Amino acid sequence: MATTAEQRLFGKSIKRREDPRFITGQGHYTDDLKLAGMTYAAFVRSPHAHARIRSLDTARAVKHPGVVAVFTGKDMTGVNSLPCGWLLPELKVPPHMPLVSDVARHVGDPVAVVIAESQDAALDAAELVAVDWEVLPSVTGTEKASAKGSPPLHAVAPDNVAFKWQIGDAAATEAAFKTAAMVVGKRIINQRLVANAMEPRACVARYEDATGDLTLWVTSQNPHVHRLLMTAFVLNIPEHKVRVIAPDVGGGFGSKIFLYNEETVCSWATRKIKRPIRWTSTRREAFQTDAHGRDHVTDAEIAMDKDGKILALRVKTIANMGAYLSTFAPAVPTYLYATLLNGCYTIGAIHADVTGVFTNTTAVDAYRGAGRPEAAYLIERMIDAGAAALKLDPADVRKRNFIPKFNTPYQTPVALAYDSGDYLPSFNRLLAMLDYKKFRAEQAEARKQGRLLGVGFSTYIEACSIAPSKVVGQLGAQAGLYESGQVRVHPTGKVTVYTGSHSHGQGHETTFAQLAADELSIPMDDIEIVHGDTGTVAFGMGTYGSRSAAVGGTAIHMSINKIKEKGKKIAAHLLEASPGDIEYANGQFQVKGFPGKAVPFAQVALTAYVPHKYPEGLEPGLDETSFYDPSNFTFPFGAHACVVEVLRETGEVKILRYLAVDDVGNVISPMIVDGMVHGGIAQGVAQALWESAVYDDASGQLVTGTMMDYALPKADMLPMYETDRTVTPSPVNPLGIKGAGETGTIAATPAVMNAVVDALSPLGVDHIESMPLTPERVWKTIQAAGKGK
Amino acid sequence: MKLPVKMTINGQSYSHEVEARLLLVHYIREQIGLTGTHVGCDTSQCGACTISMNGQAVKSCTLFAVQADGATITTIEGLAKNGDLHPIQMGFWEKHGLQCGFCTPGMIMAAQQLLERYPTPTEDQIRHQLEGNLCRCTGYHNIVKAIQWASEQMAGKK
Repeated sequence: MATTAEQRLFGKSIKRREDPRFITGQGHYTDDLKLAGMTYAAFVRSPHAHARIRSLDTARAVKHPGVVAVFTGKDMTGVNSLPCGWLLPELKVPPHMPLVSDVARHVGDPVAVVIAESQDAALDAAELVAVDWEVLPSVTGTEKASAKGSPPLHAVAPDNVAFKWQIGDAAATEAAFKTAAMVVGKRIINQRLVANAMEPRACVARYEDATGDLTLWVTSQNPHVHRLLMTAFVLNIPEHKVRVIAPDVGGGFGSKIFLYNEETVCSWATRKIKRPIRWTSTRREAFQTDAHGRDHVTDAEIAMDKDGKILALRVKTIANMGAYLSTFAPAVPTYLYATLLNGCYTIGAIHADVTGVFTNTTAVDAYRGAGRPEAAYLIERMIDAGAAALKLDPADVRKRNFIPKFNTPYQTPVALAYDSGDYLPSFNRLLAMLDYKKFRAEQAEARKQGRLLGVGFSTYIEACSIAPSKVVGQLGAQAGLYESGQVRVHPTGKVTVYTGSHSHGQGHETTFAQLAADELSIPMDDIEIVHGDTGTVAFGMGTYGSRSAAVGGTAIHMSINKIKEKGKKIAAHLLEASPGDIEYANGQFQVKGFPGKAVPFAQVALTAYVPHKYPEGLEPGLDETSFYDPSNFTFPFGAHACVVEVLRETGEVKILRYLAVDDVGNVISPMIVDGMVHGGIAQGVAQALWESAVYDDASGQLVTGTMMDYALPKADMLPMYETDRTVTPSPVNPLGIKGAGETGTIAATPAVMNAVVDALSPLGVDHIESMPLTPERVWKTIQAAGKGK
Repeated sequence: MKLPVKMTINGQSYSHEVEARLLLVHYIREQIGLTGTHVGCDTSQCGACTISMNGQAVKSCTLFAVQADGATITTIEGLAKNGDLHPIQMGFWEKHGLQCGFCTPGMIMAAQQLLERYPTPTEDQIRHQLEGNLCRCTGYHNIVKAIQWASEQMAGKK
């Protein structure tokens, strides 16, 4: 049965096709893979934050029963540094070798790999590798990194400064500040986080001597990027002889974008030992080596007129890059951060100054939101601070500053031009869901009883559909950011769609099938989605930055259009009509307006492969590939609110309600978008209340190095979320999709912080510098406020 | 030194000689080849390795294989009977209680115990009982709904 227009699958919540394998334990994650002749790798890592290797002795490890080989950095001759894929002007790019052979620069920096017949033998032997360490002074604190006397990490950056970068108009900003009725400045610390995808990173590398083929199964959000970086830049092995497969991947949140030391070492070592090697990170290794996120120290000032209209914003940020520059790290605190400082407001002038610094910590790169959460947190906190200083309602101040509805690009003072936006309706919807007036009345009543109730808003914006290649090229990206989509129609009319996007929880096997089934008006069951394999999928850039539906989906849409165009020629020939008179409707090619004069999709497919009665000059086959390079970013937005009660005696923060109205443009599956919003909110709330990666200042040790010490949210720490949506289609892509993967994370942190500050405002609190808002921190804030009075 | 172990997993008997230090989860994954039980941490926080042992939900990363000698074990692979999904499995599917799927086997096995203890649990009871299982994708919202759905289905069958 053909699907009618009323039965559109685009926009429907359909149970996921990937779920049956996951709920029955039949997923195929990298660590599940077992190959004949498999060996197992264990890495020897630096226990110190900064230490020189005086000597490294592998003799005992080599002799350990079951050990196949032990390699150190010195063995890896002809191997280059792991590359940094985003170059800012005058960026200091230090070498980042897969195995360190001179100086280890953070706890967990790998110095050797032991490969053995069993995982246990590898781990036992790794302990027998003797390293004589000369411990060096270390620096981990963001502000301390380039302070006088701090130990330098790299010869290329003696002051530990990786880059100094700025955006916006400093003079215009200064001028606006001079005319302002009100200026408020705050220090804002956006603490370091660890992504903690539930599946630890893993790889299996297999080299086949007879053919020279290398296959790498790896927990990757972008297998083609992994292959390109590894072959072209690090190992100098031919790209076409390498196949990278990212099978089922258990969450990424950014942390699985990057090329890491371990898969590079295993891919190199398998060529030496000519046996497959498996490595799976322990959680402890994950804390020490997965790219971290955030870690900014910022001084921000906002200038407003007496009515709360924002005149200007001035920002000075120090961003901690960690010990090395991870794959896309320099983009995160610059182009993905400061370009979003405009929020969804009309702001006359903005100037931002960002300094990236090296420290003896794990490298920092994109973590869900990547720069945008830091920007949203800053502007949403500052608008509340400004409103408080003027004694104005934060909801009113937001409304006063919203950019009015627009469908043509809105140019901000910080480079970006927003695609489309209509910010008031989502905020109004949120206020209605909250029953804002009623809440304020309840709050006033509660305050009379000494209870500390608060509400916090976050009317955020973010940039998705990453990204127009030409634009990012000008900004320093060493890659294009298009996506591929191939639609292969088989002779029987069944369809395989190959996408360069990668699903590690996003549900593409369902949503892309919905998209294709919808456009082709054929059953979803006739469509298979293939992703995550460089051996079968056209070169693609992968999944991050909420780009899959907007960019990857559009590439599929383009290929479907090509299929339809070719199909029209075939059908026209069969119907003895002109191709211009053929339309595609309800799963058949028909003469316009004459559904009775038609050829079904499957018959056209068969004709394409059995071209007996066939148009002259037309190639057989029905298989089209497209690469979509977006003309602009898309800009999802929305309004979130958090209602909290702070317990005065203990400093505990209780979330009473969490509400979200998001606008992510058109939605393929409401169920999946809701799910992503929920998960994003959980991560954003967790930054505000619980999570923080902490280094000991003196030793440089990662204190929060396990799940015992790093407070990931549990089920009983979070509420049910009240969600809704408005729909403002993006004019950038033909699907009208903006992107939904990161909204919750971006929006939630400031909503919670603003709620807690609102709750504590009767005590005179108008800002809290640091997160997370642990009971201890909140209690101390309450005590300090009490003393101040 | 290797020690003999015998156990029944998903209705099938197994006996092996294993190292005393071998964790039950590694026995199940590597020796038996049932890879639905996952390892997400090394400190017993995440619960991705949760299985049912002698009717109790346990974290198979906190037991040695030899401690399970003689035990009757059900893993996620053994939950569906004759191809019919368990109501909890159906609940997770129905209510979109999973995204990446990595925590899901452990969540489902923990939920099974939860519903044995509290056949009609409150939201608070569900959340409290799932304290030992971490999910990074869903924010738990739909996991709670999935378990509520399963509870209703199971009550309806009685």
